[in-house]
Amino acid sequence: MLLKGKKAIVTGASRGIGRAIALHLAQNGADVAINYAGNEAKAAETVKDCQAYGVDAFSIQANVSEEEEVKTLFKTVTDHFGRIDLLINNAGITKDNLVMRMKADEWDSVVDTNLKGVFLCSKAAARPMMKQRSGAIVNIASVVGVLGNPGQANYVAAKSGVIGLTKSLAREFATRHIRVNTVAPGFIDTEMTDVLQDDKREDLLSQIPLGELGRPEDVAEAVTFLASDQSRYMTGQTLHVDGGMYMP
Amino acid sequence: MAETLERVQKIVVDRLGVDESEVKMEATFKDDLGADSLDVVELVMELEDEFDLEISDEEAEKISTVADVVNYIDSQ
Repeated sequence: MLLKGKKAIVTGASRGIGRAIALHLAQNGADVAINYAGNEAKAAETVKDCQAYGVDAFSIQANVSEEEEVKTLFKTVTDHFGRIDLLINNAGITKDNLVMRMKADEWDSVVDTNLKGVFLCSKAAARPMMKQRSGAIVNIASVVGVLGNPGQANYVAAKSGVIGLTKSLAREFATRHIRVNTVAPGFIDTEMTDVLQDDKREDLLSQIPLGELGRPEDVAEAVTFLASDQSRYMTGQTLHVDGGMYMP
Repeated sequence: MAETLERVQKIVVDRLGVDESEVKMEATFKDDLGADSLDVVELVMELEDEFDLEISDEEAEKISTVADVVNYIDSQ
């Protein structure tokens, strides 16, 4: 097992990609703290499914864009596990609108959760990781963060910001043996993409060389790789898990 | 103050690998003791644990010498 005994926290892990990541980490032997913002019942389900792999798992509510809540979140997790080896910054929201129609608070809330949340959680996790002289942070960005997407200026700006933030964090923490990398998923079959209308869906599939939507597990595989020692010599990188949509 | 200095010295020696005699009140962490910015951040974290207090980011930024640390801790 790649992650036997590692202590992990996954933000936004009650459903979608976050849930798949939590399960995959658990399957690989990691103990997992399941953070969620609002859906307590779904978080409890993820906890139960992680525990089925024989690991320690528990859920904890916190809004990652609120500094005080993040501090409490990491204190609770550190007290529970005694250390933190892996942080997966997955929590994200969308509030799509054309720029000409987008309200400032739609911009703020998306940037606060998707970008500031990564900063706050990474800062909080870095404390125990620096003391340990080890740790891995994996951020979840998006293919639209590199391609752009009409109607998602706020989301695109935040996700693009995550890729830059990853590089800065990687450089700041490298001497303490904390690696920081990003996974940029393409269009993955989750509730977030369920809202796409059928004609938009067809159009989308034509832009994906591999010709299908990704599965949450496809992202989870890449995250587990970047969280494990298999990627010990990688930091500051972005892995594109998008069926070939973006080729650097 | 003497006791505080002793405890601070121990942490600094431990963290920066310098000789105890170098950790004088007037010594600066960066120039005299060879710490980089991240070392200072870590020192502050360890001091918080050792003395069971919280040093705000604003206060932490003002720390330059050993005396800054000792005086701050004694003022709490």
